[in-house]
Amino acid sequence: MSKIPGALPARPAGSSLGVSRGLILVAVAAALLAAPFVFYPVMLMKVLCFALFATAVNLLLGYAGLLSFGHAMYFGGAAYVCAYARKELGWTPEASILAGVAFSAVFGLLTGLLSIRRSGIYFAMVTLALGQLFYFLCLQSPATGGEDGIQSVPRGLLFGALDLENNVTLYYFVLAVTGFGMLAAYRAINSPFGQILTAIRENEPRAISLGYRVAWFKALAFTLSAALAGLAGATKVLVFQLASLTDVSAPMSGEVVLMTLVGGMGTVLGPVVGAAIIVSMQNYLADVGEWLIVIQGLIFIATVSLFRRGVVGEIAARLRRGRGT
Amino acid sequence: MSRLGLLLRAGCAALAIASAAPAAEAGPDDPVKIGVLTDMSGPYSDVGGPGSVEAVKMAIEDFGGSTLGKPVVIVSGDHQNKADIGSNIARKWFDVDGVDMVTDLTNSAVALAVQALAKDQKKINLVSSTHTTELTNKACSPYGVHWTFDAYALSAGTAGAVAREGAKKWYFISADYTFGRNLEENAEKILAKYGAQTIGKSRHPLNNSDFSSNLLQAQASGADVIAVANTGNDLSNLMKQAAEFQIGKSQKLVMLSAFVTDIHAMGLDNAKGSVLTEAFYWNRDADSRKWSERFFKKMGKMPTMIQAGSYSATLHYLAAVNAAGSKDADKVMQKMRDTPINDIFWKNGRIREDGVMTHDMLLIQVKSPEQSKEPWDYYDVVGVIPGEQAFQPLSESACPLIKR
Repeated sequence: MSKIPGALPARPAGSSLGVSRGLILVAVAAALLAAPFVFYPVMLMKVLCFALFATAVNLLLGYAGLLSFGHAMYFGGAAYVCAYARKELGWTPEASILAGVAFSAVFGLLTGLLSIRRSGIYFAMVTLALGQLFYFLCLQSPATGGEDGIQSVPRGLLFGALDLENNVTLYYFVLAVTGFGMLAAYRAINSPFGQILTAIRENEPRAISLGYRVAWFKALAFTLSAALAGLAGATKVLVFQLASLTDVSAPMSGEVVLMTLVGGMGTVLGPVVGAAIIVSMQNYLADVGEWLIVIQGLIFIATVSLFRRGVVGEIAARLRRGRGT
Repeated sequence: MSRLGLLLRAGCAALAIASAAPAAEAGPDDPVKIGVLTDMSGPYSDVGGPGSVEAVKMAIEDFGGSTLGKPVVIVSGDHQNKADIGSNIARKWFDVDGVDMVTDLTNSAVALAVQALAKDQKKINLVSSTHTTELTNKACSPYGVHWTFDAYALSAGTAGAVAREGAKKWYFISADYTFGRNLEENAEKILAKYGAQTIGKSRHPLNNSDFSSNLLQAQASGADVIAVANTGNDLSNLMKQAAEFQIGKSQKLVMLSAFVTDIHAMGLDNAKGSVLTEAFYWNRDADSRKWSERFFKKMGKMPTMIQAGSYSATLHYLAAVNAAGSKDADKVMQKMRDTPINDIFWKNGRIREDGVMTHDMLLIQVKSPEQSKEPWDYYDVVGVIPGEQAFQPLSESACPLIKR
């Protein structure tokens, strides 16, 4: 299991490579820190939130091989919990986000235990059904405000000191949250736990025969993924100051899978690139109307038929080939 | 290629993109900019959408094209019925592009999000669409006006007029989400005033296709009136099935919310005889007819009240900017409130302190195919509900801006 197909190697192969990798990291970090002065911060924050959401889906899809069509319920569920805690109960922003994450984690564990009893297409169907159940709960519940959603959520002061009303301050907070979430995902993937997940994906009976409690690992991966999706959803509430039905709807679950696939499933940076592509399309092409959906469809077809590894997966594969490893 | 080279190239590319991005902040001397935020491709694109954009263009044209010495600029955006996308577009319009006024705003979640944002940023939003009465109650804004109609005006108008004629027993078929329940509640409040009663109700989920159980229950209930509180495809499916059950023959069908395009979609055969309330009808008088025919030439269909509302709101806004001699939201709003709205659609419209624009509403009965003389000749205007009665009384409003 030294080489996981499609995944970035955990450790650089040589020292010269290590230097250039370090350079890339520094360049990316500098670009991210300078970005809000060049691009519109709200748009960047949206990309970051969706990057984290796609990372959560990627953790499950790319490494554990579980395709969930119900992840909007953790994303949107946490959004509602966070918005409610912030607006109606008056909790601090950080406490509201944690409440959202806690909700998704617990909810993810319960629904995860239920859905991992099946695999493949049946697993996808069970998650889809659970997602729809949750959607209609949100549509009817008085706490969520039905199709009006929870609006005008105050951003407030972070840790009682930092004013999040300032878009640039909020951007750095969202950047930190997303960075933390992605680091958590990266650590999980590049750990014995992640290796076992990949083993389960590649050959489940063999993993069982090796003595691993497969169901336990799957449930844990599911919970972790749900918690990260919840972190993304709760953070997004502070950015847009609202939680709405869009966040829990089935198309949202599909969109995030699309982001993961376009960017590159099973790669660390793939979800980020995928989220950036899809979100900026939705924003910059908002004038083309229904053509947007057609363009998204064409991009998806192009991805699956021309470069199945996604944008980042394809670049990583080219670089590896160039290096001759 | 060396990795460093690749890195440099990527860096250059990033810089090139970055330098192309807009950076200039908008100032008070920039031209007046109007944003039309609407649903360009989804379920509301027929009633608002591209038609609303065209209506705003017509308003700018009819106003003379410029104010404060500069041509008026129009931008439009598709919120795709997602509150976060709508809020993102509006935020960028306000923060970066210097948009001064946003109109249309179909979809209640989008309208509420944008109104909250506009309130914070001291920008004006004129909602020519959307049912939710929240906009002028708890979520009201000193810079937000609900222009054309709301759930109260539509359902209370119809229910009040029909109950006054003596219909005592009512049955409701409503879409089971906030929109449908809101229409139903508002209608019931009015019914109570006239001593009419609800003898039954049934609800259906969004995007239903089979209404036979709802319709048969309504038919068997012995109600005088069957009130329908849903919209779009649900409404047209329900009306078609009601016609198959011949429900309109012995019981009166009223639609608590319908647009002229809905009637066009379901056909007069299915809609004939039913009663509804609208804020605007293209063939009401010579003025509205003349304007609507201009609209028809461009869009290939007659305008809805939402599109007419976008036109009227834009015209009134531009006149106020001109009179105030400034784009400052406070000054413009003051002028807008001081001047009654008298245009080719509405006479003696007035903006109340809670943000409701009160004006006459039209009580309408749908024509039968024999009565219809030309394309789009669908309505008989059977009554006019005066503005003071058509909207929620100020005393019942939960808007914190009202001085009591």
